[in-house]
Amino acid sequence: MAAILPANTIDRQRGDERAHPQGRPPARRRVAPWADTVFSMLAHGAAWLTLALLAGIILSLIIGATPAIKQFGLGFLVSTDWDPVQEKFGGLVMIYGTLVTSFLALVIAVPVSFGIALFLTELAPGWLRRPLGIAIELLAAVPSIVYGMWGLFVFGPLLATYVQQPLQSLLLGVPVLGALVSGPPVGLGILSAGIILAIMIIPFIASVMRDVFEVTPALLKESAYGLGSTTWEVVWKVVLPYTKTGVIGGIMLGLGRALGETMAVTFVIGNMNQLNSLSLFEAANTITSVLANEFGESGPGSLHQASLLYLALVLFFITFVVLAFSKVLLNKLKKNEGTRT
Amino acid sequence: MSATSAGRMAMYHKRRRVNIVALSLSMAAMSLGLIWLIWILFETITQGIGGLNWATFTQMTPPPNSDEGGLANAIFGSALMVMLATLIGTPIGVLSGVYLAEYGQKTWLGNSVRFINDILLSAPSIVIGLFVYTVIVLRFRGFSGWAGVVALALIVIPVVIRTTENMLNLVPNALREAAYALGTPKWKVILTVTLKAARAGVLTGVLLALARVSGETAPLLLTAFNNRFWSTDLTGPMANLPKVIFEFAMSPYQNWQKLAWAAVFIITIGVLVLNIVARVMFKNKH
Repeated sequence: MAAILPANTIDRQRGDERAHPQGRPPARRRVAPWADTVFSMLAHGAAWLTLALLAGIILSLIIGATPAIKQFGLGFLVSTDWDPVQEKFGGLVMIYGTLVTSFLALVIAVPVSFGIALFLTELAPGWLRRPLGIAIELLAAVPSIVYGMWGLFVFGPLLATYVQQPLQSLLLGVPVLGALVSGPPVGLGILSAGIILAIMIIPFIASVMRDVFEVTPALLKESAYGLGSTTWEVVWKVVLPYTKTGVIGGIMLGLGRALGETMAVTFVIGNMNQLNSLSLFEAANTITSVLANEFGESGPGSLHQASLLYLALVLFFITFVVLAFSKVLLNKLKKNEGTRT
Repeated sequence: MSATSAGRMAMYHKRRRVNIVALSLSMAAMSLGLIWLIWILFETITQGIGGLNWATFTQMTPPPNSDEGGLANAIFGSALMVMLATLIGTPIGVLSGVYLAEYGQKTWLGNSVRFINDILLSAPSIVIGLFVYTVIVLRFRGFSGWAGVVALALIVIPVVIRTTENMLNLVPNALREAAYALGTPKWKVILTVTLKAARAGVLTGVLLALARVSGETAPLLLTAFNNRFWSTDLTGPMANLPKVIFEFAMSPYQNWQKLAWAAVFIITIGVLVLNIVARVMFKNKH
């Protein structure tokens, strides 16, 4: 594409006819000879800007976090202190919150997304596929703050009344399980955040899965059907093994989203720095929620702000690794995702 | 003989049962997805309509526990910042996309930009907010509308790059070759032939980016912050719908929560309409 390609003669003739039907050659006129250079420089500059943006993000986080990195070192990652008054900071509570909510989200979202992708590729009649696919994609377009509001006012109370309270009365006094469901019955906490995150990442995982399922050659599937396989066997034993790198890539993409999701989580996580109980209903904090809640109050240049930036750096590092991994896996399948974002 | 055939039948029935269970679960998963979409839309509409009235669009955000008040300043601030961010982000995104598709298809820079861009596309938006905070808010000693615009523009860019590149790659090479054969310089080929052929797709990308930033909250918390009053001054803090929702929804005041639902309604409808328009437009052109 970079070089000027040799045009074939027919094209040239057609082009000439269209441009100058009378067949007279045009007067030679060079329009702005510098324009090519300028345009190329603009395009190159814009491309470099993207690289500079990433570098800028990483650099600004590192510079901002330096005081905290110097003060606490890597011990920051395993310390549960978070005391802005005495200026003692450690990120374990938030890192735990981020990882556990994202893990819960994946546990819920992966089977559901798989079911949706299976339905869209194998079960749904042709006329239903497009509208249903769009509906799932619209679920991805709903802004995260809307999920947050819905989780806080609609879903949380329902979860508390119909799930948490029955579970608590059922498991009262049972050693391990009882501890898992303890906590004030308000419907805010790790489980709510995990469920809301799951709803938010299902569309991403499901649409990647659908796209990669569609690359499976029809011949493979038809051969399996021809041997008498059921639909489930075709999907589980033919389609899934054929597309597993793409499927894992899609799951990683969803994980990346879940790790970095801010507003929806901030609404429903309860925002409390504690790691005393492992209860799924206990209020907690994630890296993103603590950033959203505390960053505005932390004084510029303070150790508090530096520690928050340190946390952001940790988050960016984790998501970067997860997303890069996802990208590599998806590239293996060489599937063009079209306009999906 | 009969034993094996009975065994085979048992095996067959078992396989059929597994199949039926799996397919039912798949349908259940699909309905679950749809139920969530419908449920969220339903709540947004019923709760949001209740808070909507003429004052919502004409009055400023109120103090707690007052009867009056609207979202005029927040709607204006959001619209202004989103528009400016799209205006700034689109040319940069389109140019980068042009670079990826027309100049750096297989170069080192092209591959790196493509890789980085896909990561930025899914990177936590709050980190973008932190970046703009350290670069702009700290430097100019204060939250400002411009900082919000920059943060949103940085989110627009990757979306536009991705769609522009994909759409340009769909343009048949014969078109480019024909144009080159006429002696057209490269910049003119790109502007008048390839970009023109791909314009519906590129525009779709811009609309999707617009929809995405309309609902972005996290970066605005750290950049534009909030403003109780009507303000057209981009150098000072600026009200915006997402931040108002965040503040009002978390408050214990009835009137604030009602306005938060109204704001959620406005944003959701806006974003969904933009998405549907983008899809319909793209479908008509292709």
